[in-house]
Amino acid sequence: MQGNAPRAKPGDDGLFLRRVRPRDWTNPEPKSLYDLVIVGAGPAGLTAAECAARGGFSVALVERDRMGGDSLNTGSVPSKAIIRSALAYDLMRETDGFGVPIPAEPVLDFAAVMGRMRRIRTRIAEYHSVHELAALGVDIFFGAARFASANALVVNDTRLTFRKALIATGARPRIPDIPGLDRMDYRTSATIFDMTALPKRLVVIGGGPLGCELAQAFCRLGSHVTIVQKSPKFLPREGRDAAEILSWSMARDGMDIRLNTTVVGARREGDAKVLETLNYDLKGEIAADEILVCAGRLPNVEDLELAAAGVALDPDCGIRVDDFLCSSNPDIYAAGDVCLPLKFTNAAQSSARMAVQNALMQGRQRHDNSVIPWCTFCDPEIAHIGLHVWEARRQSIPIRSYTVMMTDVDRAVTDGQEAGFVKIHVAEGSDKILGATIVASRASEMINEMAVIMSAGIGMKALAEVVHTYPAQSGAIMLAAQAYRRDVDRIARQATAGEASA
Amino acid sequence: MDGVRLLSDEALVTRLQRAAFSYLIDYADEDTGLVADTSRPGSPCSIAVVGFALSCYPVAVRNGWMSRAEAAARTLKVLRFFSLSTQSEAPDATGYKGFYYHFLDMRTGKRVWQCELSLVDSALLMAGILVAGGYFDGGNTEESEIRDHADALYRRVDWHWAQNGTAGLSQGWKPECGFLHYGWEGYNEALILYVLGFGSPTFPLTSECYETWSLTYQWENLMDRNVLYSGPLFTHLFSHAWIDFRGIRDTFMREKNSDYFENTKRTIAIHRDYGERNPYEFAGYCRDFWGVTAGDGPSVPALRQSGRDRRFYGYMSRGVPYGPDDGTISPWAMLATLPFAPAAALAGTRHLLETYPQVCREDRFSSGFNPTLRCGPEGWLSEGWYGLDQGLLAMTIENHRTGLIWEIMRRCTYVRDGLARAGFKGGWL
Repeated sequence: MQGNAPRAKPGDDGLFLRRVRPRDWTNPEPKSLYDLVIVGAGPAGLTAAECAARGGFSVALVERDRMGGDSLNTGSVPSKAIIRSALAYDLMRETDGFGVPIPAEPVLDFAAVMGRMRRIRTRIAEYHSVHELAALGVDIFFGAARFASANALVVNDTRLTFRKALIATGARPRIPDIPGLDRMDYRTSATIFDMTALPKRLVVIGGGPLGCELAQAFCRLGSHVTIVQKSPKFLPREGRDAAEILSWSMARDGMDIRLNTTVVGARREGDAKVLETLNYDLKGEIAADEILVCAGRLPNVEDLELAAAGVALDPDCGIRVDDFLCSSNPDIYAAGDVCLPLKFTNAAQSSARMAVQNALMQGRQRHDNSVIPWCTFCDPEIAHIGLHVWEARRQSIPIRSYTVMMTDVDRAVTDGQEAGFVKIHVAEGSDKILGATIVASRASEMINEMAVIMSAGIGMKALAEVVHTYPAQSGAIMLAAQAYRRDVDRIARQATAGEASA
Repeated sequence: MDGVRLLSDEALVTRLQRAAFSYLIDYADEDTGLVADTSRPGSPCSIAVVGFALSCYPVAVRNGWMSRAEAAARTLKVLRFFSLSTQSEAPDATGYKGFYYHFLDMRTGKRVWQCELSLVDSALLMAGILVAGGYFDGGNTEESEIRDHADALYRRVDWHWAQNGTAGLSQGWKPECGFLHYGWEGYNEALILYVLGFGSPTFPLTSECYETWSLTYQWENLMDRNVLYSGPLFTHLFSHAWIDFRGIRDTFMREKNSDYFENTKRTIAIHRDYGERNPYEFAGYCRDFWGVTAGDGPSVPALRQSGRDRRFYGYMSRGVPYGPDDGTISPWAMLATLPFAPAAALAGTRHLLETYPQVCREDRFSSGFNPTLRCGPEGWLSEGWYGLDQGLLAMTIENHRTGLIWEIMRRCTYVRDGLARAGFKGGWL
């Protein structure tokens, strides 16, 4: 039996396809009963398959398109590769500041940028390739899955019976209901990386993490980019200070920023695609060669016939799961974007590991969003872990933040990467760290120190004593902890002085 | 401004205060009493500037710059205008639901620029109206009429309507599109809006409104100081021009063992430290050159300067330490901190006037100055004057010297009630 081969894409190369979706693949003969059937081979499904197979369980993995999911094919991996090229191109504009001016205007080779992205994607695909997983003993079925009962599903015409199942079908771009948009041949994250030429004018609908990342990257590569965001700030999940620093950075890049603006219509005018906008009562138009829609993501649940398996849905998040990632069917779990509010690769992978533990190994691991760091890979990067100040205040947790501006961090100064800050949010009256926000050129790396600290339960007192390399941008974390120490000492001195004078 | 070195602090401050006050006379319309937003030709009225002007007439009487009768006449003129002007949903009305449009035609009082019905600017206007109602306590017909108008205008404001059925406040409303949904995130100049909204005996804000706002407060340790953060300096000054926050505390400040006055003092210290650190290497910045706030600034294309990108933001709310900062300071801002940090305010103002005398033509401070942008030998300077700057300066200097406005507002029942309903206790309450 052969899975239906998906549509070829521009620039697909043979090696990449062999790793994620071999053309000559034949689905195996199914076993009579699997310990675990996983639907979806994105970051969650692949992680779960590997965990379960290494644990000695019989595993079937079903994928309707390509292995790797959005993260590898259309998300984290290709976007980061393009962002790196954009950063390199942008850096060349600034080398005079380092005393090494470039003698001639650098020239962009867009085909080379996209070629590099595809090579990187192929290389990373190796780690979770079809053959690697098959070698671990995972039965891989290409085809669309639908549940037939509480303990069985059907892939094409093949019935797979399971003890436990894991739904990891991910999410897809949400397309806003804009009159005329469907006739615009717009792009989403699923198709933007297929472009063969840099658009002269690009308009991005949506100022969430992906919209901001791609808007900035294409702007730096040379497109004239307009970004339209409905709400008053970018990155609604982040604090005001972080979002504003990003706004200024994007404005500095020359991006046309339209906040508080809704797209109300779309039409063609000659070769141009024209978006009609509304900013309160002000009507506007944006003409572009390409439209990129980044307006959030919808969980992939429609084709699974979940009712047949007794799996209930949550209107906000997709599949409704409990703290242990179990759905309303005690034999069916879910992980990743299909059920989590935090739709990130790392959250998908960690939830998948927990779901496998809980489903197959009598684990009782609770999925906890509060220790999952995330990052928006703009310049500067914006990373966060744990509670935001407003979340703590909403829960009546007294909180204070220790802030170090990157302009006060020696390594940021020597590197000319001074935009941003480190904020560590601490429970009032103790040294317990509740969260951290980092805006810095390497925030994606720095936030991991906070993840370790928080997971290990290290407080600000101990953190202040941890010796860091000097000079390092992560020294900002140590400086914040040292500010905490000075603050506590000062308060203690004042209390002592108060007692003495009393 | 010449001869600064020869003037005592007292003489210098008086001279600057009087010049600031005189803006409110020089740029007022004879018939309506409205005051222009800026000194530039064709400038409309800003209702907030009228609020400052109403608060400054008593200051002028106190200092002998104007007779009480003239102050009363000027006050009455503008209160009559607001009482009689059109309140409706029509796009060219003067106001609606007791609020007023941000900018009005100086002659006709009609809305201009399709601007918003501004909640915070209406609050600043109402604060000035309450000062007038409190100050003019005489038995003559004029002063009695002032009190009646002031009371009626304040009681007419439908603060509750501005909640739009929610637990929070938006920043404004337009007849063309309804309420605006700009986020009011974090502490800012709107404290007085909440106090006046809570104090209303007719259409008060609901109590959860304050909690909704203060939930977004950020208590931060910045440069070794614990503050309720807000970047632009003016946000720490505006509400304080009317209300003496020394020793009175809401729930948040009780939790943090501070008060809003102390908070402004700490913020000023941060602005000074920031000036000294000068992280973006702007020209002029030092311990006595600060005052990053909302104001006019250069609107010129970005440029590369000594290996740095320099972008300029035009009229913008600038802040410290997160930015935005383009090297523009508001020359009036240091002196406006006089009640909170007199030594710093005077040292900074003297340094500024001695080093860059051009920022204070005719004894009035310009709205913005940027010595980093070398568009002339002296750097970039905002043209003319802004009414908000002048009004705030005249008030804040008076509060430092005599506490006049603070005293008037302490006696105002609406303000006391509003503070109490927002949870303020202690001190003079």
